[in-house]
Parts: sequence; structure tokens; C-alpha cells
Amino acid sequence: MISRIAQWFDQRLQLAAPIREASEHRVPRNTASWWYVFGSAALIVFCLQLVTGILLALTYVPSAGEAWNSLQALNHDITLGWFIRALHGWGSNFMVAIVLIHMMQVFLFGAYKFPRELTWIIGVFLLLMTLGMAFSGQVLRFDQDAYWGLGIGASIASRVPVAGPAVVKLMLGGPIIAGATLSRFFALHVFVIPGLLIALVCLHLLMVFKLGINEWPMPGRTVRRATYLHEYHELTTKDGAPFVPYAIWKDMFFAAFILLAVAACAVWFGPFGPSGKPDPTIIQTVPKPDYFFLWLYALLSLLPPALETPALLIGPVLVILGLLLLPFLSGEGEKSWKRRPIAVLTVMLIAVTLGTFTHLAEYAPWSPRMNAWSGAPVPAQFLHATTALQRQGALVFQVKQCRNCHALGDSGGQRGPALDSVAVRLTQDQLIRQVIQGGGNMPAYGKNLSPPETTALVAFLETLHPAGQAPARNFAVGQ
Amino acid sequence: MPNDTTLSRRGLFMKLGVLLNGVVAAALAVPIGRFLLSSITRGRANGYLDWVSLGSVTHFPEGETRLVTFRNPLVMPTDGKTVDTACWVRHVEGDQFQVFAVNCAHLGCPVRWFPQSGLFMCPCHGGAYYRDGSRASGPPERGLFEYPYKVDNGLITIQAGEMPTPGPGASLLPESTRPRCGGCA
Repeated sequence: MISRIAQWFDQRLQLAAPIREASEHRVPRNTASWWYVFGSAALIVFCLQLVTGILLALTYVPSAGEAWNSLQALNHDITLGWFIRALHGWGSNFMVAIVLIHMMQVFLFGAYKFPRELTWIIGVFLLLMTLGMAFSGQVLRFDQDAYWGLGIGASIASRVPVAGPAVVKLMLGGPIIAGATLSRFFALHVFVIPGLLIALVCLHLLMVFKLGINEWPMPGRTVRRATYLHEYHELTTKDGAPFVPYAIWKDMFFAAFILLAVAACAVWFGPFGPSGKPDPTIIQTVPKPDYFFLWLYALLSLLPPALETPALLIGPVLVILGLLLLPFLSGEGEKSWKRRPIAVLTVMLIAVTLGTFTHLAEYAPWSPRMNAWSGAPVPAQFLHATTALQRQGALVFQVKQCRNCHALGDSGGQRGPALDSVAVRLTQDQLIRQVIQGGGNMPAYGKNLSPPETTALVAFLETLHPAGQAPARNFAVGQ
Repeated sequence: MPNDTTLSRRGLFMKLGVLLNGVVAAALAVPIGRFLLSSITRGRANGYLDWVSLGSVTHFPEGETRLVTFRNPLVMPTDGKTVDTACWVRHVEGDQFQVFAVNCAHLGCPVRWFPQSGLFMCPCHGGAYYRDGSRASGPPERGLFEYPYKVDNGLITIQAGEMPTPGPGASLLPESTRPRCGGCA
């Protein structure tokens, strides 16, 4: 009975034969490896994003006035709304990570070389779209971080020469971040980018089937345009196996594991935000980007001001061009990472750089701690055995917000140096000069400190030295 | 039997069909393009650079800097709270004011005023500004953005319908041409 129904459909659809052909196509035996599971894992997480995205759209309202409330309703009022939001949010984190790992693996295995150049190029666009989805998704979580994140995006876009202001208006849909902004990011996140993603993912997969999966690279087995296709054909016939079931079980195991991991994170950590309401009159906020853009946040804080605009505008163009041109610059030759030290070093350098920037951005030492002056008092050990003047200085130190940038006893901002032992580094004269005139990255406080305040402050700062270590003295005076 | 150089009746119709669709597509592209670019091309019409009142000058004691909120002159029905914006008003003396956008001149995060130390500080990338808006430290390449202002009949009004951004051609006044008095705005 079932087979008769199946026959009825297949007579009309005629899909059974091509599906069988695709699933039984022969792949090189050694590609049935745990290294080859990241592409299919990215696909499965993408499917999860599609499903959970549609589920969220059942409730989400893409209106600047209502979006935040609809997210609250999902989190608190609708059965398991929080779980679907958490799945979608963690799914996006996993997707960015898996796409990056997939790309790294493909790069190290030389899979971008002839004849798979176009597969790589489409993959580069898939990466860009994944990042586009990540950013636009953060905007749809229309909270304070989304609002100010859009402001940062607009400020970056405004630096485009000549077209800057027009680009900003096109991005925001008007002169300010408002309803039109959210609507257009909704259209991008829900229609435009997913549509392109689905189309390009299909092409990407089609090419993997048509051209065959990249064989396991062997040191010394180089790619040459004239002979590669023949060699690959030989490999799949002599040492090949049908993709189903020989290789696919690893993909399936890993896909299930990844979905389980996403679900576990969703249950354990819950959904992301939304943080405070997107109300621009609430300025007591410390906006921070989502995880995958933290490295950019760090970069924007650490670049010298003069380099920032060129780096922001030229950097991405160079990186994307480099990725797109890669298969044309080294379309032949050695595939194995064992014979490509520069490729390995490049991957390691990029990974360490991104990792370091992300790590730094997690505690953002460059940002003043906006409430340290009122929330982190001078630790008591710095006030033992002090004179009245020095204690007054400690008060000045606190009231004038010095703590927002300077740590004492591990509390306070890290924008400036910690001052636990500043008296060892600077003499009284140098302290006065630094406070009054500023310098380095420190503002000048001359106009905001009366002479008695300065005297008291410097008297306190002079007490900040380890017990057994004498404070710095002017050499001439010391004589 | 037509050879390669002659055009068959059906071939001609197909080419005409392609041409026809091309013409229709081009005709439709004009309104679609205009719609897509309308946020740029409508320019400063629709009143978004209208003057907005911040209230009586008596709300701003001389020598102090205060946070004020105002509603954007251009409001769409779905904007919610996003059309309410804040700005810092510094009453220098007499009719002389400075109205700063809250947006940091680096990347637009909201700066906060600390009267005790006389500094504006940005929570994002660590920009700091002095009380007159000039750059004190950190990554900003310029001082805070200032909205043009007027003082009329004891009311202070500003022109603030556009979010300031640090790029070229920012609509706000460049630092060198700031109005220093009420009459010159």
C-alpha cells in the first residue's frame, strides 16, 4: 500500500531517482571524517534558525513602539516563548561559530582550490550574510543595546567619503533611529537576507554534490588543473564509498549533538535580553554589542583615532577582496596544511587576534566605570594613619570622579593606570602637574580643582605607596 | 526554412517580448527606486529641521549643564519612544548657551555629564569632553556635536531633527562656526 502511494507520487514528481543518485554518489573514503561535519552542522543550525524565526514572528511586532513589549510577552506571558527566543539567540551564536570553523577547516584543507573556487566564493558571501543576520537580529531585539548599536552603525557608515550622510539616511530610513529603522531591519532579517541565504546555500550544496567533496589532503599530492578532475574521479572509483550511509552518519551524529548543545544552552542560560527599553532619553546605559562583534568593539576602542576611519572603511574591503581572490591566487598546488605553514600561521594569527580582542572587550578596560565614584569607595587600607588633609584629599579623589578611570585596591575604572602605588612613580611636583594639566590620555583638571582641593588631593596621592617602599622624590630636593 | 541570417516570425516576437519586458521593468524601476531612496531624497522637507522648544531659559541656571528631553519634529505613528531624544544644555551666561547632542562624537554612544569634575564621559570607548564640549581625551577626533539654538521671548529653541554622526557633511554646525550668542544662530 505504502509503496503504491510512493509510486503514485514519484510518477508525478520524478524525484526518487535524482535523490537516490545524490545520496549514493561516491565520496573518497577518507572524507568520512569528523573534520567534514561542520558544513552540515551549519546547515542544520540554519534550519533551526528558520523554524524558530518563523515561530518568533508569530508573536513579534516589528514596530519601534511595540517590539520591546512583544519580546517581554514572549519571555514571560507566552508558553515556552522564552525557550524559542533562547533557541534562536543561541542558534545564532552557534551558527556564527560553526560557519567560522567550517571556513577555517575548508581553508586549511585547501578545498578552495580548483575546481571548487566558486563554492568558496559563495561561502564567503554566506559568511557575510550570516554576520548580516547576526547584526540585524541584534537590532530586532529592539532594546537599549540595539538602539545605541544602530547609532554606532550609523556613525561608522557616516564616515564613508561623500556618500556618508546619504548612507546613514538609507540605513536608518530617515534622519533619526525610529520606527522606519526597525521596519527596514525587519525586512532585511526576515525576507531579504534569508531569501539570499537559502538560494546561495542551495547553490553551495549543489556544487558540493556536482564537484564532489574535497578529498583528504595528502602532503605532496598537488592540484593541477590539467589532471585534477581525472585524479579525483580515479580516487572516488578506486577508494570511494557511497555518501549514504558511509559518510553521512557522522554528519547526523554531529548535527544532533549541535542541536542538543543549542537546546542545552537555551535551557541553561535562557534568552538574550531584551535589556532596557529603547528609549533614547534614558542615557544611563552602557551599550555593548553581541558576542560575535565584541572584537570590533575592542578594535574601535584601541585603534589610534587617525587610523580609525581608514581601518573601518578600507579594512573590510581588503579582507573581503582577499577572501574572494584567494582561490584565484592559489588555485593550484599543495592542499595539505602540513606543507602550507603560512596558511596555518594566518589562521592562528587571526584566531589569536579575534580571541584577544573578544576577551578584552568582555571587561572593556578602556571604558570609564561610570558609577565607580559613587559606588566604589576608597578601600579602608588606604586611609589608615592619614592626616586630616590626606583624608580630605581622598574625598576629593572620590568626588571628582577620579575613580571612574583609576582603580584603587582592584576596584574602579581601568581607563587610566591603577594608583595603588602612584607615589612611587611620580614626585609631588609631577603629581600636581599631571592633575592640573592632564596629559597622556588624562583630561586636565586645572579648572575644576581649587588650589586647596589640589593640595589635599596630591597629599592623599603621595600616601599611595607600598609600606616598605619610599615615595618618589625630586632628586635635587632629596639632596 | 529560415537560415541563420533571417529572422523568423517567432524569433522576432520573442525579441519583441524581451524588449517589452525590458521597457516595463525600466518603467517600474523608476518608482521602486524613488521609493527605496525616499529617505535620502526627501531631504530636509517635511519639517524635520523645524525649531524645537526646550522650555524657558529660567530652567537653566547660569553656569550649569542640564539634561533636557525633546520630541523630534518629525513623528511617525510607529516610532514609539524613539522620537524622544535627550540633549545637554549648558547655560554659559546671559543669552549664551551651548546645546550638546548626547551622542558621542566618536561613535554615537550617550555621554554623561559629571558636574563635579566638569567632564562629559562616554561609557563605550572612553571618550571624554570638557564642559564647553571640547575634546578632553579618548578616541573622539572632535568635540561634542552642538545643535543650533535661538533664544526668543525667554524660550530656548533648537534645530535637532537629525541624529548627529561624525562623518563628513554632518548637518550640525562645525566647531568653528558655533553660535556663541543667541542672536547669531
